[in-house]
Parts: sequence; C-alpha cells; structure tokens
Amino acid sequence: MKTISQVSIFIENTKGRLANVCGLLGDNNINIKALTIAETPEFGILRVVLNDTEKAKKVLKENGFIAKIAPVVAVEVSDTPGGLAKALKVLADNDINLEYMYGFVEKASEKALMVLKFDNVEKAIDILQKNNVSIVDDKVALGL
Amino acid sequence: MIYNEAIECASRENLKNLQSERLVKVVKYIYDNSPVYKQKFNKLGITPTDIKSIDDITKLPFTPKEDLRDSYPFGLFSTDIKNVAEIHVSSGTTGNPTVVGYTKRDLNLWANVAARSIACAGGKRGDIIQISYGYGLFTGGLGLHYGALRLGATIIPAATGQTKRQIKLMQDFKPRIIACTPSYILYLAEEMKALGVDPRTSSWEVGIFGSEPWSIAMRDTIDKTLNMKATDIYGLSEICGPGVAQECTAREGLHIWSDFFYPEIIDPVTNQPVPEGQPGELVITTLTKQAIPLIRYRTRDIVAITYETCKCGRTVPRLSKIKGRTDDMIVVRGINVFPTQIEHALLQVDGALPNYQLIVDREDGSLDKLEVLVEVDEKFFTDELQALENIKATIKRAIDSTIGLGVNVRLVEPKTLARTEGKSKRVIDKRNLH
Repeated sequence: MKTISQVSIFIENTKGRLANVCGLLGDNNINIKALTIAETPEFGILRVVLNDTEKAKKVLKENGFIAKIAPVVAVEVSDTPGGLAKALKVLADNDINLEYMYGFVEKASEKALMVLKFDNVEKAIDILQKNNVSIVDDKVALGL
Repeated sequence: MIYNEAIECASRENLKNLQSERLVKVVKYIYDNSPVYKQKFNKLGITPTDIKSIDDITKLPFTPKEDLRDSYPFGLFSTDIKNVAEIHVSSGTTGNPTVVGYTKRDLNLWANVAARSIACAGGKRGDIIQISYGYGLFTGGLGLHYGALRLGATIIPAATGQTKRQIKLMQDFKPRIIACTPSYILYLAEEMKALGVDPRTSSWEVGIFGSEPWSIAMRDTIDKTLNMKATDIYGLSEICGPGVAQECTAREGLHIWSDFFYPEIIDPVTNQPVPEGQPGELVITTLTKQAIPLIRYRTRDIVAITYETCKCGRTVPRLSKIKGRTDDMIVVRGINVFPTQIEHALLQVDGALPNYQLIVDREDGSLDKLEVLVEVDEKFFTDELQALENIKATIKRAIDSTIGLGVNVRLVEPKTLARTEGKSKRVIDKRNLH
C-alpha cells in the first residue's frame, strides 16, 4: 500500500476536549504516530495517523465521536536544510495540489517522515515515485 | 380501518346533538361534585341550568394548568379518591407536578380512543405493535397499551431506553407498528446505522409518534429514512393521555375524537374564538370523564382546526400539527420564534438531521442573541475546515430567512444535545426576564 490512513475527528473547541480524544485512544492502546489540528474559534478537526485505524474507528464511534478516514501519503525527506523543499518543488513543478501536510512524531529512520494530503492522491504518488521521492508504506511508517 | 364508523363518520348534526347532551350532563356532574368548579361557576354567576347545548360552552370558565397545580394532588377531582382506579403524574418544571386520575370507566374511554387512534394510523387487529413510550407515571406507554389491547393487536411493551435491545426486538419479532417519540425513532435509525443495520429494512410500516411537536419536514425524513408511514398522535395527560387526536393515513390533520373531547380554538391573548383554519390555542372540554373532568382546559398548544370531511371519510374535525406552544414561543427582539420553524429551516439544508438546540441570551445592555446549536452529522462531516464553514453558513442563511432574524450557528459534536428518550429540550433561555 502506497497510502496510509488518516483519521479526522470533529471536536468542539472547548477545554479538555483534545485530552478526552487522546485519552480515549490511549486507554484503548492506540498510538498516535502523527498529529495536526485545523481549528476555528468554535471547533477543530483533529487529524491523526494511528497504529490501528480500524480499532480507532470503532472506539471513536462507540464514544460518540464523528470521524472520517482518508488516504494520505507518508514521505521520507532528508532531515537537513532544504530537504523538505526539494520534495515540495517536485510537486509544484508537476502541478500537484498539496492540501496540507504535517510531520510524524518520531522518525522511522535517519530521515524526517512527513504526512501529505492530496486531492488527487494517485497522480501525486505517481509523480513522487517518478522523481525518486521516497514513499513509505504503512508497515514502515506505523512501525508495524 | 375505521374503528367506530358510527361516531367517526357521524353527520355533523348527530355529533353536535351527542356533544350537547354530554355537555349538559357533565356540567351538572362537575358542579355537584367539584367544589373548585362550583366556586368558579358561582364567580361567573352561572349554574348548570344555563347550559342547554354545546353552543353554550363559551359561557363556561376556562381551566388553566395552574388550577391543577394549585389543587395538588386531588383537589380538582370530581370523585372520591377511592373511586379512582389509576393515577398518572406528569413532571412539572415549576412547582407541583400535575396529577390526573382515571375511574374504571375513564380507563375504558382511554382504551377506546387509543384503539381508534391506532386503527386511524393504519393499524388493525392482529398487528404486532412495539410500544416504546415510557411506561409508568407517564401516560404514553400505558395509554397506547390499553388501546392496542382493545384493538386486538399483539403488544411488545418495550418501553423506553435500551436502544440496542429495541432494535433486536424489531428484528426478531417483526412488529408492523412502532409507537414512540419522533426524535426517538430518528435516534433508533441512527443507532441502527451505527450497528450496520439499514433502517430501510426495518419491519415497521406504521409509526405512531407523539408527545413532542414535530414538523412535516421531519415526517418526510422519518418516512424516507425508515421506509415507513409516520403518523402524528396527540394527547395530554390532563385530558386523557395519548389518543385525544390522531392522523389518519391521508395525513391531512389529526382527527380529534370530539364526541369525548370537545375542541375550541381561541386567541390566547383575547380569549376569543379564531376563524376555522386560523392558528390559535387549543382548548378542550372532556365530555364524559368521571375522575377529573375538565372544562375548557387551556392546552397551550397552538393549532388550527378544520371541520371539512376528510379523504378517509371521517367527519370528526381535524387539528393541524402543533404549530407551537403558547409558552414555548420565544420572543427575540420582538419576533415570535417557534422551535418548529428552526426545524423546518434545518431540513432545507441537505443532510442536516433536525437535532438542534436554541439558546437565547442577552448581554447587559445589548440586544437579545439567538444561537442555534446543530449537531454535526456523519452525512455532512468532511475533514475540510472550509467545507464545514460553508455548511454552517448555509444553515445560518436558511434559518435567518425563515424566522427573519440573524442567528449565530454553532456546530457541535454528535449526540451532545439533550434528547431524546423523553421530550427534547429544544430551547434554553438564559435571559433574566423576571
């Protein structure tokens, strides 16, 4: 699998809500591998990559959270100045729209691991591969 | 199916004669047996001899809900408590709860009108009915239960709660009818989806939904989501409980069983009758009850009435769906707002289930603010912030144009708003108005 699963969770922007979601995942032995939050003053969307998406989906639903799963791409870039820029330039040069991106909490190797979200994921993967940008599969990215 | 054709399809004249005969009798009975009413009559300088036909009803005093509260527990009863076979209590949000009693004859009456109602909704002898109203002090469960028993239906007394078990009961016993609140049936549908059960495959063909106001738009949603025919039942414990009025399969109003419950529609401010078809407060007189007969009881429900014969052949008058409550209506910046209007607006927005709450607030020295909390639904949740903001804006536009007032819309997490196994708490008024 060239893509990995990202879980997006709707949360109200209130005190302790983020702690509740993370606590729920923790209690169920689900590890957060990467995380970012998009927010407005009233609500936010918590986007996470987890080591057990299926279990998370079930647990979140049972606890009344609304969640959506989307495919994202995990890309390795060299953890040196300009490393990320190089990968992004490939996308820009090939007219690939990157919706958003964020970093993994820990590294799988010496390189930095980034999560990239595209509207056209297949085309993006194709371009990245042709330009020798290293895409990491879920086994490596999630340390499974 | 028409349960009692002689009454339900009676000529207007015959029905009026019956109502007149019963009113004369009940007024004398109440005057002789209820000190509270006797005093009310004396105050107006009238006696039972002034009441000769149903047209004289306007001479009689109104009974506001406060009369029941003030005479807690049995002060408004027209019979000794030892003649009362059953008691029901509805919780009061302020002061004393409301207590009502039924003699054996009253229970017989209740079974009769509830049986008529189930038949009117499309039920018949031999149908299996899942009754998912609260059993106990609340009149919903037992009222439908007595009616189903009278009709000859097979009863599943499921009561409220334990939603997963409700769904299993449906799957295993295949009831054709379900009776519960309209918000609970939608909650059941959501739970079915969560369990991977398609609500459209449910065995329920007929729904008897009541005890909270709901719109035609919500009815369409229930029909579509569960592939069933949702009908509206009306009742209030003060008058009898469920079975005061019921929609037939034509669903063009609720047939009120006016041989027992005589309806008037009045302007809640002037107390004068409003013309046929115009909305006003529903006032009911119980024509045959023994334990706690009420004269011109102010229901606080806003409805319109029509006396035209229905497509189904019934001649008894029809009430519109409840358009609001005289005490639910909130006045925001001089504009009357009913929760049902918000519901109507919400349903215009694709995908938004009508689960919402209104919060009215006023900051010191500033204008009233109306905030509408809307639960995010799986159908419209996207992981793009902009898309969610767009949905919020669409909801706001729909509400603003419906009520003619600018509101704030706030998206909240699913299943966080109070509901649904009882009545929904739709309005929270934080203004300090007193």
